[in-house]
Amino acid sequence: MILKPRLEDIKNIGYYLGRIMIGLGLTMLVPILIGLSFGEINPILDFIIGFEITLVFGLILTELCVTEKDLSWMQGMVVVSLSWLVAMVLGAIPLYLSGHWKSYLDACFDSMSGFATTGLTLVQDLDHLSYTHNLWRHLIMFIGGQGIVIIALSFFVRGVSGAFKMYVGEARDERILPNVINTSRFIWLVSITYLALGVLALGTVGVLNGMRATNAFFHGACVFMAAFDTGGFTPQSQNMLYYHSLPYEVITVIIMILGAINFKLHYHIWMGNRREILKNIETVTLFTTVMITFLITAVGLEQFGVYSKGAILFRKGFYQLISGHTGTGYQTIYAAQFINEWSHLALVGIICAMALGGAVCSTTGAIKMLRIGIIFKALKEDLKRIMLPEKAIVIEKFHHIKKVFLEDRQVRSALIITLSYLVLYGLGAIAGMFYGYPFLNALFESTSAAANVGLSCGLTNVNMPAALKVTYIFEMWAGRLEFMSIFTLIGFLVAVIKGK
Amino acid sequence: MIKKVVSRQSSIVSAWILLFLLTTCNAQPISSTELINNARLYDRKTVVYEGEVIGDIMRRGDYAWINVYDGKNAIGIWINASLIKDITCVGSYKTRGDAVEITGIFNRACAEHGGDLDIHALAIRKTSSGRPVQERLNTAKRNLAIVLLGILCLVWILSLLKRR
Repeated sequence: MILKPRLEDIKNIGYYLGRIMIGLGLTMLVPILIGLSFGEINPILDFIIGFEITLVFGLILTELCVTEKDLSWMQGMVVVSLSWLVAMVLGAIPLYLSGHWKSYLDACFDSMSGFATTGLTLVQDLDHLSYTHNLWRHLIMFIGGQGIVIIALSFFVRGVSGAFKMYVGEARDERILPNVINTSRFIWLVSITYLALGVLALGTVGVLNGMRATNAFFHGACVFMAAFDTGGFTPQSQNMLYYHSLPYEVITVIIMILGAINFKLHYHIWMGNRREILKNIETVTLFTTVMITFLITAVGLEQFGVYSKGAILFRKGFYQLISGHTGTGYQTIYAAQFINEWSHLALVGIICAMALGGAVCSTTGAIKMLRIGIIFKALKEDLKRIMLPEKAIVIEKFHHIKKVFLEDRQVRSALIITLSYLVLYGLGAIAGMFYGYPFLNALFESTSAAANVGLSCGLTNVNMPAALKVTYIFEMWAGRLEFMSIFTLIGFLVAVIKGK
Repeated sequence: MIKKVVSRQSSIVSAWILLFLLTTCNAQPISSTELINNARLYDRKTVVYEGEVIGDIMRRGDYAWINVYDGKNAIGIWINASLIKDITCVGSYKTRGDAVEITGIFNRACAEHGGDLDIHALAIRKTSSGRPVQERLNTAKRNLAIVLLGILCLVWILSLLKRR
């Protein structure tokens, strides 16, 4: 028998959702400040309107649902999944008001793409977009990369034991420090420190490349936020091709890799435990999969003679591959070149890299390295069981901060999430094919959306069917939250309708 | 004798320049979409491309990068710095950039620039000057913001009263 949620459940959910909305509204003050400094009148108004609407709804919800009770697991998961949808709708208000998005659905698409750190975009005439709106596009990537709920945990929620449930719901199941709020704050500390260093590096290179200082540092901030949070938005329509700079590409590769590393690993590196990089199952798996997928891509590019020199093949192939593997989506080629010039084998290499992703508890999406490593270890264990005498005791271990014995529940969990991702990639590809796109194009774009990558082969554009836009929005949302909180939301809605 | 050779060489060069100008003057500009989608077809060929200069003019020694946007995509143009003296406005939120017509060699994967798709400009012509875009206050947005501010204040005061 399914139990109908009580009013108390709904009030609890509403209260925390309201708090998160207030937090989101307050972040809109940042673009307002930028707008003031650049003297952009109408963009400031767009954000004032967005700020006011968000705060009105947030205040009403917290006042109607005021409670001091803690969240249950179910409530925490529902809050997280709903808060991402609410953030998409509210975050799209200033975007839509700018007039650079053709419909509210398009603005919602970019808003979800930003929060989910995907990078697929439907913006029109990006090269004439205001600094204010451009900052917001990148800021939502920074917020989404850390986790929308993490903001609330860090600044607006104090001493709530239910905070861990929301933290887990946002696809972060690892506590770096014993207290989850301190963990959230550590994530912010890491991000802000790298932000300062990254902006300095990119801004300086920008100035040396001949950009105006204001633009160089503004672009530096935007590109850092999108690269570290493995997002993929850029302030100009040409993406990374705008800069025509090898140093810029090298720095962004470093930032993308930093973003793809587990925050727990960052913590241990910061604490002086640098050997962990060499031993950790995630870094070892990442290195291996990067090598394998790059080999596939490079052979594919070589077969078709896409690039005349080895150095160029490496520069183009490796950049798109790292960008795809880390889930960033920065491109140094035009979207159409993927399909028109790259071979199918090279595309398969990129699709595999996108599907795998980076580390757990990082800003990347997709299946993730820990799960791939665990599945590989389980396969190895099973093979050993077959090969060795029946009486032999087979134990498999892996190193993830400490030595961990492989258990069936870890394998089961890894396989369920991996299977869910594969189904999501496949369903998105079927949806693309339903609208007449070729299989490889549809699979490429679907994997990019569901794995929160943002590389595009040109399928994502303003003229694509609305249903496909909605499909990709769903894929970005489900992929970012890693399914569990979404399954819980579906269960909650079923209970509301069918429960007794 | 030497004079004769020099004059013959200069007349050949002049003829080539004349031929180049005649062919390019009549050439129709090619859109960015056409160039990107058929990059192999146009690779290392002289093309005419036109659009608005956007973003930054990035000087690199005697040369510079400009990015030219034709309404669909922007393409990087590698150009001798002496040729861009006339470009004064670059497109942004507050500025409509100079419109230019570029004649140059199109590269699908430029060997000189790390495999980028670009155009190495041979000539540039400014077809229209850019201008600052006057930003007018959108009164509908202003009014909506004022109304919402009133609602927000009301909700906030009510929530304070409720807590008391």
